[in-house]
Amino acid sequence: MKSKSKVLSTPYTIWAIGFIIIPLIMVLYYAFTEKDGSFSVSYVAAISDPTNFKALMLSIVLSLISTIICLLLAYPLAMILASSGVDRSGFIVFIFILPMWMNFLLRTLAWQTLLEKTGVINSVLKYLHLGQINIINTPYAIVLGMVYNFLPFMVLPIYNILAKIDKNVLNAARDLGANEFQVFLRITFPLSIPGVISGITMVFVPALTTFVISDLLGGSKILLIGNVIEQEFKQTNNWHAGSGLSFVLMIFIVVSMLITNKYDKEGGAVL
Amino acid sequence: MKKFISVLLVAVMTAALLTGCGKDSSSNQVVVYNWGEYIDPDVITMFEEETGIKVVYEEFETNEIMYPKVEAGASQYDVLCPSDYMISKLIENDMLKEINFDNVPNFKNIGKQYVDMSKDFDPENKFSVPYCWGTVGILYNKTMVSEPIDSWSVLWDEQYENNILMQDSVRDAFMVAEKLLGYSMNSTDQKELEECRDILVNQKPLVQAYVVDQVRDKMIGDEAAIGVIYSGEAIYTQRENDNLEYVIPKEGTNVWIDSWVIPKNSKNPENAEKWIDFMCRPDIALKNFEYITYSTPNDAAKELIEEEDIKNSEIAFPDLTKYNNLETYVYLGEEADEVYNTLWKDVKSE
Amino acid sequence: MMKFLKKFYIVLIFIFLYAPILTLIVLSFNQSKTRAKWGGFTTKWYGSLFRNDQIMSALYTTIVIALLSSLIATVLGTMASIAINSMNRRMRSVYLGVTNIPMLNADIVTGISLMLLFIASGLSMGFGTVLLSHITFNIPYVILSVMPKLKQTNQSVYEAALDLGASHLHAFFKVVFPDIIPGVLSGFLLAFTMSLDDFIITHFTKGPGLDTLSTKIYTEVKKGIKPEMYSLSTIMFVSVLVLLIVVNYIPSKGNKNN
Repeated sequence: MKSKSKVLSTPYTIWAIGFIIIPLIMVLYYAFTEKDGSFSVSYVAAISDPTNFKALMLSIVLSLISTIICLLLAYPLAMILASSGVDRSGFIVFIFILPMWMNFLLRTLAWQTLLEKTGVINSVLKYLHLGQINIINTPYAIVLGMVYNFLPFMVLPIYNILAKIDKNVLNAARDLGANEFQVFLRITFPLSIPGVISGITMVFVPALTTFVISDLLGGSKILLIGNVIEQEFKQTNNWHAGSGLSFVLMIFIVVSMLITNKYDKEGGAVL
Repeated sequence: MKKFISVLLVAVMTAALLTGCGKDSSSNQVVVYNWGEYIDPDVITMFEEETGIKVVYEEFETNEIMYPKVEAGASQYDVLCPSDYMISKLIENDMLKEINFDNVPNFKNIGKQYVDMSKDFDPENKFSVPYCWGTVGILYNKTMVSEPIDSWSVLWDEQYENNILMQDSVRDAFMVAEKLLGYSMNSTDQKELEECRDILVNQKPLVQAYVVDQVRDKMIGDEAAIGVIYSGEAIYTQRENDNLEYVIPKEGTNVWIDSWVIPKNSKNPENAEKWIDFMCRPDIALKNFEYITYSTPNDAAKELIEEEDIKNSEIAFPDLTKYNNLETYVYLGEEADEVYNTLWKDVKSE
Repeated sequence: MMKFLKKFYIVLIFIFLYAPILTLIVLSFNQSKTRAKWGGFTTKWYGSLFRNDQIMSALYTTIVIALLSSLIATVLGTMASIAINSMNRRMRSVYLGVTNIPMLNADIVTGISLMLLFIASGLSMGFGTVLLSHITFNIPYVILSVMPKLKQTNQSVYEAALDLGASHLHAFFKVVFPDIIPGVLSGFLLAFTMSLDDFIITHFTKGPGLDTLSTKIYTEVKKGIKPEMYSLSTIMFVSVLVLLIVVNYIPSKGNKNN
């Protein structure tokens, strides 16, 4: 068995070292060196510059809000789907993955068409004499875009774990006199925590680091940390500065990974 | 069994790696790096058919996005179409190849005044061949503004809150502020620039969005009342929406030229010259002009334009002597670039 | 009442998820070239789509990369899963930790790190670099789909097969593989979908002249999306939808017969 596992694991080991570990070391290298190659922490410290710091804070706030909204929307949804009980899991998963077959950028861009001043929603509201909503190019539109894009990543892990809960346990609790609220609070929710945690990381990390959603729905007026990093690489061409800020982001990501790992030892609940 | 799997693995990995390294540029091609929507696609096909040279075509949105990709050298382009100040930056950093004008006989079609204008950034006319030129001005919707517009100051007018589209590029945004305050748009004075930043920050709450070419669609769709726009886009938008009007503000503006240049690391400079020569051919320049509606410096092509009102259009071919304070961007050096970038970041992150 | 509320809630979420998609489908029938105004109904973009070389070549690149990367990732990932499954606890958590990196890491950091690697190693950016990157972020999806299925398989059946004289390979394909096929397939599909939808990592690792649909759309965003793009997305979406309905219809019919 031992040798077999070695043969099978070698290619992935090589791959993981070459394309996962080494690239991250490259980011570290650029983050902690000056252009002449000497050691420096200035690019990582640049996060405390008012502009960078503001962008980071805004990203954190917006992604936290989006994560909370996703959770509030997704939990009841996952419960409804799981309680419907039928062996429809494949279908349900597909309903949420299906939109991905329409390009992510186009889907997000479609919100522009929907939300614009003369856009679809406002035209309908105007027709019904219901006033106007003006959220395009504001942080609200960005939150909407994040919730829209990342909601499936919250629904699926929670759904997966809820669907696995043994119905007998719930019935036993009911037999013992617990009301529905107590059943939820004492049994369903505690059992679903690993799913919730992986849902939170799956939403929080991409929301924290996005630059596309803020670009498309924020009218380039709102700078998130992802935008700052993207511009350092693609426009200002300062790889050291971009890597320094990426390093700061990685700290956030590592923290979320540690939390996920604590609750989800086998990585199974992520999907 | 182990052997079988290992062989399979090695095969898969080498296949993957080979495709990684194997992408060497073939001999008879030309890699063109141009602005987005800045050519009639038929022209590319015509060039390929006539010369047998394969065109690898890539587009950029702003000069600032183009430069690092050329500098990084990971992608080898044969011919680029940057603007004036970016060309002087490329020249200064020794990244351009001299063009052999013997291979570009159609250069004679380019109007003398544009060749002279090019001396601002290419003093000896050795590196560049003009492709398009124009001004930057204000496009406004007649039905959405209360009075005729003639000044940049309208972009700070609170009655147009959330109805203003600004350009999302450093130099263009600062140009507007500099002209309004009466400074040169090539200023490197820290104090002047900080003043510009401050008024741009003040303007931000009024701005609906910072955009590049989207200004076109948004103005056509009545999304905004006023937008800062390149003259070339103005003609197109007017065709789609009669209510739009273009004006060069009285405080002056930027007159720009985008020209073809060949980077030093070009692998196919002869093909690049053939490309440039092809672009200078009157019929081709005309075809491009009709498609992209940006003013052509090609006098022979201008003569071929049939519609009189386009030929005499004040937007497409303005009489530059009528306007004051027209300037062309020049490259300000790395230090000034950084000042501009930092101040612009201040504005954007506000 | 409760039941109605539940239905209502699901419908609301459904509208939220699918409204933009409906918008895009409607736009694909818009006569006007700009997204900003409705110029009447037309199907002409569906015709001109196939004559648009740039979009067609981007589509080709996208599909080839999605297919190759998800296939290679499925092979590598399935092998790795089997290996990880037979590891001791410590090694297993190290491997799973590394596997989690591309999934949990921000796309932008993954993209940047790979770009730095490719530039440092002197590879010229293009098809190869994009393919390598896609394989890298696809493998974890395969592993995480296959692992749970592997855990359910019974190790002793496999060992029994060996005792009865089957070779490792034979025993694997006869005994273990049929059990994990659903996991392998869903891993492959997931990887394919992720590759198809990726923009950020491709954005950082692509070279000149090479465009996937995503990067093509991103450059077009700034200057107005070509209407053909909407019709292409509509075709892709509808074909997957039809496929989904067909696949879902067949097993439910089978169940009834049982």
